[in-house]
Amino acid sequence: MTALNELRTMRRKRGEPKIAAVSDLRKSDQRAALAFLAPWFLGLFGITLIPLVASLALSTTDYDLLTSPTFIGLDNFTAMLTDTRLHESLRVTFLYVVTGVPLQLVVALGLAVLLNRGLRGMTFYRSVFYLPSLLGSSVAIAILWRQVFGEEGLFNAFLGLFGIQGMGWVSHPDTALWTLVLLHVWTFGSPMIIFLAGLRQIPEMYYEAASLDGASPWRQFRSVTLPLLSPIVFFNLVMQVIIAFQAFTQAFVVSNGTGGPSDSTLFYTLYLYQEGFTNLRMGYAAAMAWVLVLIVLVLTAINFWASKFWVFYED
Amino acid sequence: MTTTTTPDLPTRISRLADDSPVRPGRERWRSVLRTSLRHAAMIVAAVLMIYPLIWMVGSSFKPTELIFRDLSVLPTEWDFSNYATGWEALSQPFGRYMLNSAVIVAGCLLGNLVTCSMAGYAFARLQFRGRNLWFAMMLISIMLPIHVIIVPRYIMFQQMDWINTFWPLIVPKLLATDAFFIFLMVQFFRGIPNELEEAARIDGCGHPRIFLSVMLPNAVPALATTAIFTFIWTWNDFFSQLIFLTRDEVRTAPLALRLFLDPATGSNWGPMFAMSIVTLVPIFLVFLFGQRYLVQGIATTGMK
Repeated sequence: MTALNELRTMRRKRGEPKIAAVSDLRKSDQRAALAFLAPWFLGLFGITLIPLVASLALSTTDYDLLTSPTFIGLDNFTAMLTDTRLHESLRVTFLYVVTGVPLQLVVALGLAVLLNRGLRGMTFYRSVFYLPSLLGSSVAIAILWRQVFGEEGLFNAFLGLFGIQGMGWVSHPDTALWTLVLLHVWTFGSPMIIFLAGLRQIPEMYYEAASLDGASPWRQFRSVTLPLLSPIVFFNLVMQVIIAFQAFTQAFVVSNGTGGPSDSTLFYTLYLYQEGFTNLRMGYAAAMAWVLVLIVLVLTAINFWASKFWVFYED
Repeated sequence: MTTTTTPDLPTRISRLADDSPVRPGRERWRSVLRTSLRHAAMIVAAVLMIYPLIWMVGSSFKPTELIFRDLSVLPTEWDFSNYATGWEALSQPFGRYMLNSAVIVAGCLLGNLVTCSMAGYAFARLQFRGRNLWFAMMLISIMLPIHVIIVPRYIMFQQMDWINTFWPLIVPKLLATDAFFIFLMVQFFRGIPNELEEAARIDGCGHPRIFLSVMLPNAVPALATTAIFTFIWTWNDFFSQLIFLTRDEVRTAPLALRLFLDPATGSNWGPMFAMSIVTLVPIFLVFLFGQRYLVQGIATTGMK
């Protein structure tokens, strides 16, 4: 069903014998494939693979776009070890991923389960919950967030109803990041839709059997829904971690490009942007980008490794 | 008449309930309660989710000083001037920025629809050497962070003198780099029955004809999903537009919107909200009319 599953089955089939002898009818395929894939090949090599290699080379240089690059070996990487802003940006981003992603998935799963069991008006609720995830990455919503959680914002007006004196949530270093986590949770609609599609695949008879055995709804959720849904939870987790680690727009707009207050919303990609495109330290930005790839790879690998203990595949 | 022997209603109900082993009355009362509770929870959640949005729409009709610390959606005095002021607040009329966004979206739509479906056809329906390897590379490229190639791409496009043009944003789509959509098309093409293709082949159709007259007409839902997501992602895109477009006359709607947040002049919330709404309207319309394809698309490929 998903790109990840596709890769999984490809790996499993690796040892199997190849399907023999392409029929004569299929001889023309070779040329046709080349033609149909021409734009893609051009893109793959021209603006993906070559830049990928170039970026690796660039990461060993000092380059400001104006003068020609000078080779400095691994200096960019060793400089990262002592770059305190970089460490802060890593801390902020990890905190964002570790809190935002699970919270979003829990909300998405919870509402998907509530919506699934034949609730009338389900499509209406689904639409309402889904809309924010389409708008969430826009500048307009980031602007709205800035106002809602500002000193004089909507949220404080709401707190005022209960006589609570709010504060400037986006302008305080202790709370600014949490407003972004909340924005991430707010966009739970798309994982929710994926969960709903998965829930519909679970045969009704499992629940009938479980309730005949006297299983409570909570027990049914834990022993039927969760195990059968776990591959989808896993897929969502992997994708959302990758996406969340690259979050940029919201932090950029809410902090007006600074990552402030006092670097509390300095996402990794935001810092990368500042170094590369504001300070024109292209070499350093390329090195940072490779570290990002490495981190994403490691996080995905950890996810895959951990999945052995909780993901249940029926086949 | 025997009315005197009939007990009053509560007694009758409780007797019925005691006699019946499954207690239908209480059961039904319970399930009604449970459904109402679920609806109540859903409505509360929906209102919480949507309130800020509706509030922003309402606030765009309020004078700026009344936006602050005001919970109500409806303005006490309607002020339409925010839209007029916002439209002219930057150095170009806001329509120019919207138009720039629309041009980029159109280019990306064309690119993704044509090239991703072509690549999808090759991967789903053709036998060729190294297919599995290329297919795996395509799947992996879905997950590759854009940041690792953006710096060399920037240098490359700069040397081609493409900075501050729309090409750096459109050309990648013309070269099918949005692999997610290739995957979507592959999934869909695989589901089209072989017999259709065989019949066309017997009628003497080559691959171009099969692609155009058999595959594409049968893949309308996948094409629609591709179009809708391309529209929304390109319209919302900020990172690459921020990098490649710096001059005012090429700025897109999101880039222009951000200029309202200029700390030097102080944010003018009324006009800023008004223009925010203007940029959200196209997405909302796509959501309204394309919802079926959106939901299908996410459900079948499970992404974003």
